[in-house]
Amino acid sequence: MTPRLRYKTDPDIVFIDKNSAARVLHNGEDFLEEHLPVGTRVIYPPPPIRGLPNPRGAIRHALNHPLGCDPLHAQLRPGMRVTIALDDISLPLPPMATPDIRQTALEVVLEMLSDHGVDDVHLVIANSLHRKMTESEMRRMVGAEIHKAFYPSRYYNHDAEDPRGIVAIGETRHHEPVRINRRAAESDLIVYLNINLVPMDGGHKSVTVGLCDYPSLRPHHEPQTIRDSDGYMDPARSELSRKVDRMGKLVDTNLNVFHVETVLNNRMYADPLSFLAKNEDDFTDLDRLKMSATRWSLSKLPAPAKRKFLHRIPGAFEMIGCYAGRTEPVHERTLARCFEQYAVPVKGQCDILLCGIPYISPYNVNSILNPLLVQVMGPGYLFNLYRGKPLVRRGGALILVHPCRDEFDPVFHPSYIEFFHRLLPETRDPFVLRERYEEEFANNPSYVQMYRDGNAYHGAHPFFMWYWGENGREHVGRIIVAGAENQHVPGILGWESAETVTEAIAMARSDLGPSAEISMLHVPPIMIPEVS
Amino acid sequence: MPAVESAFREPAADLPAGRPSSPRAAAAFYDLDGTLIRTNLVHVLAWYARNDQGLLRSVRSFAATAAGIPLFFTTDLYSRKVFNDLFFQWYRGQSYDRLRFLADELHETVIRPAIFPGARDLVAQSRRMGLRPVVVTGALEVSVRPLLRELGITEFVANRLEFVDGRATGRLAPPVLAGASKALWMREYAEREGLSLNDSYAYADSMSDLPMLSVVGHPTAANPDLRLRSTARRHDWPVIDLRRRTPGPRA
Repeated sequence: MTPRLRYKTDPDIVFIDKNSAARVLHNGEDFLEEHLPVGTRVIYPPPPIRGLPNPRGAIRHALNHPLGCDPLHAQLRPGMRVTIALDDISLPLPPMATPDIRQTALEVVLEMLSDHGVDDVHLVIANSLHRKMTESEMRRMVGAEIHKAFYPSRYYNHDAEDPRGIVAIGETRHHEPVRINRRAAESDLIVYLNINLVPMDGGHKSVTVGLCDYPSLRPHHEPQTIRDSDGYMDPARSELSRKVDRMGKLVDTNLNVFHVETVLNNRMYADPLSFLAKNEDDFTDLDRLKMSATRWSLSKLPAPAKRKFLHRIPGAFEMIGCYAGRTEPVHERTLARCFEQYAVPVKGQCDILLCGIPYISPYNVNSILNPLLVQVMGPGYLFNLYRGKPLVRRGGALILVHPCRDEFDPVFHPSYIEFFHRLLPETRDPFVLRERYEEEFANNPSYVQMYRDGNAYHGAHPFFMWYWGENGREHVGRIIVAGAENQHVPGILGWESAETVTEAIAMARSDLGPSAEISMLHVPPIMIPEVS
Repeated sequence: MPAVESAFREPAADLPAGRPSSPRAAAAFYDLDGTLIRTNLVHVLAWYARNDQGLLRSVRSFAATAAGIPLFFTTDLYSRKVFNDLFFQWYRGQSYDRLRFLADELHETVIRPAIFPGARDLVAQSRRMGLRPVVVTGALEVSVRPLLRELGITEFVANRLEFVDGRATGRLAPPVLAGASKALWMREYAEREGLSLNDSYAYADSMSDLPMLSVVGHPTAANPDLRLRSTARRHDWPVIDLRRRTPGPRA
């Protein structure tokens, strides 16, 4: 990697020189402006692809011209039983401005069903072992009209712990049990309405994971599968995807599934935060004023108020593609469109990877990004944002920026608290944790009750979060967190801490050498560096 | 091509069932009033009063019970022991046969409708996990038997009225179960039965049950009062609400 002049390079990649502006880093519910060392490579997401002008028309076209099967209308007959499954609140991030694309797609599909005399229709949120969505979140997702017509008897969350609500579809030759929601399995037709934000979403994962139960999730949500996955964003090299596909084929053999996959662009920030997606060298005076005002306002607010403020700003996503039909041909087209939006060609790995951790992850919408979720964002998702080779070389350093407060949401993440404070101080070995404690947590009657009748993540979920960081932890030599407000949270996670980004870089360079090359991932919005 | 089974079937019974990670057996201890059921001692007393023999006695007993409610409430806030001393005086003179005779009707009309929607699932899940269900309650043994039979719980300890010549004296027979004595009983029971308290679970709704929650490795506040809720939050104990069910069909 050779430093090049700032204005002579790829628009998505900037090399810092001595005249460069400070870079904006997410720091949980705050922002940092940091002057980075000269030569640092800053990788920006590609600009958003323009949204389709008529999403409703595009969805209707996809339903009428599906890939690999008959059009939706040709599969309908009066009196048939249909289940429409929907992605949950973990997609997209943050929740998009209304109308949510699921609402638009639902309106088109429900109208078609009604026109063909199909009345036995249930809407099931494919939340798997995620928390159940609250009623207000459900209303926001599908709009007041659909909510009123279907909630609660025909619009509800999937319940992975309902003993009679799950049926076994079969078992793969690798003895992986495939078990899914009974209502869906016993329907004449399943329509899955998906949102593809990143390439690991959608495809066989939609039904096989979204509607499954704990025993059916265990075969692939485990540490060895994660170790064997070369990133999560390249399905061809991901053992996780391979296993899910294997199980998904069994679903497709037994059930009639019609996928409707939508691809969104990466316009994550709406006003007043839209400037955050820009190259700081291109900030206008107004952008700088907004940045200062945002930082000043946030500095005056207590953490819960900051959280509320940030979580209330919806994403300005637009649909850039919609494909319908059988699982595999649909997902192939979806992935291709996804990579068009997210891929950034990058030459060469770096020694030190720097990332600010934002306030939101798939698992804390309207809640706290607790220490375990900080971990899942760092060595979990951000490390795995690559195709080809990891952005940071093996043995390099990962520098994260986050305050790492010892703060958990007892309603959404009760089992995380016990996992973090009871188990991690004993061992960080994911294999030991899985063997010794995972089933205990999964079957803990209190956690089961809180998952089923509350809004808690499943008791086993914190284990999956820990496994998620496994290949990142294995790959990098050290993880340093800059700006942690305490020593014990990084300590429990097995990380080092530094007061500032400058100090963290100095620590990393102390063993990687003074000329260790630094890259900063300017996320979010999401991007996928294709490292050659 | 993966092997495909021809038809759907009920999930294999061994798959979802968990097993305690510890080799030692463990229990799930439940308080009853306010935890698994909505009623409490006063509801039961009021029902017995209302069904006293003769209209006049029935009206008098019920009125006296109703008038005593503020007193019960105040003394319970002060001390569970003082509450017990005062409260069970109301049973003085009742015959054992009568209390027992009315227990099934009490269960049908008062207690069964008061079982919290999530209670059965909680007990069932504990069983699936291999935990031994045990009820530890300050309610009267004679009034809770039918409920425990319905929940399939065979092991329990409850308070017993002292009877002389078949008539209640208005005192409880020792050991009186309240507060710390529940925890003491659980310790002795676990030792006698070879159970691991560290791997055991306990569920209670009231601050007066803090000792019984404190002696197990997995305490949970169920439908807690304000004081227990804040204590549970401080200790990072799970807080569950058995009174509500998530809307939607349940197979």
